[in-house]
Amino acid sequence: MMGANPQPEWLWGAVAVWLGLWALNVVLARHARWAVPLVFGLAVLVLWEGVTRGLGVPEVILPAPTVVARTFAASTAMLWGDFVQTIVRGALPGYAMGCGAAVVLAVLIDRSPFLTRGLLPVGNFVAALPIVGIAPIMVTWFGFGWQSKAAVVFAMVFFPVLINTVAGLSAAERMQRDLMRTYAAGYWQTLVKLRLPAAMPFIFNGLKIATTLALIGAIVAEFFGSPTRGMGFRISTAVGSLALPLVWSHIAVAALAGTVFFGIVTAMERRVTFWHPSHRARK
Amino acid sequence: MRSSVLPVLTVIGLILAIWYVGSVAMNQKWTRDQAARTGAELTFAQIVADTMNQRRPLLPPPHQVASALWDGVTKEPVTSRRSLVYHSWITIEATLAGFSLGLVIGVSMAVGIVYFRVLDASLMPWAVISQTIPIIALAPMIVVLSNSLGLGERLGVENRLVSKAIIAAYLSFFPVLVGMVKGLRSPDSMQTDLLTTYNATGWQSFAKLRLPASMPYLFASLKVAIAAALVGAIVGELPTGAVEGLGARMLVASQFGQPLLMWASLFAAAIVAGLLIIVVGGIERLAARRMGVRP
Repeated sequence: MMGANPQPEWLWGAVAVWLGLWALNVVLARHARWAVPLVFGLAVLVLWEGVTRGLGVPEVILPAPTVVARTFAASTAMLWGDFVQTIVRGALPGYAMGCGAAVVLAVLIDRSPFLTRGLLPVGNFVAALPIVGIAPIMVTWFGFGWQSKAAVVFAMVFFPVLINTVAGLSAAERMQRDLMRTYAAGYWQTLVKLRLPAAMPFIFNGLKIATTLALIGAIVAEFFGSPTRGMGFRISTAVGSLALPLVWSHIAVAALAGTVFFGIVTAMERRVTFWHPSHRARK
Repeated sequence: MRSSVLPVLTVIGLILAIWYVGSVAMNQKWTRDQAARTGAELTFAQIVADTMNQRRPLLPPPHQVASALWDGVTKEPVTSRRSLVYHSWITIEATLAGFSLGLVIGVSMAVGIVYFRVLDASLMPWAVISQTIPIIALAPMIVVLSNSLGLGERLGVENRLVSKAIIAAYLSFFPVLVGMVKGLRSPDSMQTDLLTTYNATGWQSFAKLRLPASMPYLFASLKVAIAAALVGAIVGELPTGAVEGLGARMLVASQFGQPLLMWASLFAAAIVAGLLIIVVGGIERLAARRMGVRP
């Protein structure tokens, strides 16, 4: 395979291109900031390609980006199947149910200031725990199918969203609540028109943290047992058979899915909390 | 602070109550099946009593988990492979190694980002993207990489420790980076202007103003980072065929059908997380006192 014999000219070429792109970035940083990260990413890819070819790094250690890209293109059907199994069937339902349940519970608990005071420290502590460890328990409870993955994701996203929502519900100011009172607004009207919108920046903070946790949960759960497809399953078997280009293709899918997922939630945040200073300032 | 003790205890009590109800509900099927096999009739009280003391319960009740945890910690010598203290130490080792690595990477990237505009524009978006990549997808890869490069032998430690530490560092550098960037940028223009009038050099304004100003932010994110590092170390043990450590203990327990051991390891991990956060909090208080913060 490629990379068996070192080709030093690749290494020097890549380093030269890297330096050139770096110089370009120094200029771009002053005039077109949005392009800088793209050029940086491109430079990393070029350097990676150059190092693997230039030093003749074996494919079982680190395949070159072009090799990964070729494998990716050749196995799109399999990648798509694994993506559907892990993300669409496992992560998304668990994410939706976990976040939904957390917001509902937060609103319910918020009616009792006593419980809220007790819940915040406990929730903060639980959110810091390695909840991912319940993956084997969930697999024994719900079997190898997507249900166990969704359950792990549920448990992982629940607490960060819960504590953020509880914190957010107290974000509306005294003055604003008093204003609602003078309008003779009831509990539900105050909740829907003032407190939930005011809590949105906090809720979205939790939702954004939860996106990564959801993907981690769904993939980890597959290491403990899964039908013969899914990203976690494929990664562990591909590593076992040293099919590293395939592993990197899955990592690319995971990275892409994670970024798009995060991007969608961020875009929703911009639309919902357009009034927040952190979004107004940017325009 | 005292006013929150009672609410916290209430919430914990509620959780325990739900847990007990849950374990009765989940374990009673096995009890009924056993009874049906022998043709015995059970009263409700007998069923409840049985669900409290099964050897392989689906959901062990809290007291069983507590006693398994107690046995695992106290009944074995700490050097024994059956001691949870031993396995906790293996995981803590990897956590601390990864945490230190993440701390160094996070702080140095933050300094670079605050002082160089190019780094700010090119690194920051990728640091954000790096956290949207589920690290676990990379975990088996990192193990293969560090094994085949023999990183461990070169550093004089076990290969497994290296791969776990890398995963822990990957998860913990980001909170440090974000907190540190915020902290280094926290001095307002009045303060930086004052240093300019003192004719302070760049290094002096870093050491006397920006660095001290960043400490509260740094410690707030260190608490997040150490918890993340522990998650990384445990996750790093799961797919890597590790035989030691809390994650490996969970994996083995799940494969050999020992739910009590699995739950005990899970709670050992929770206790370790709590202890690590407390230690960081203690260091924060010490540092604050040394820097002259008066409560």
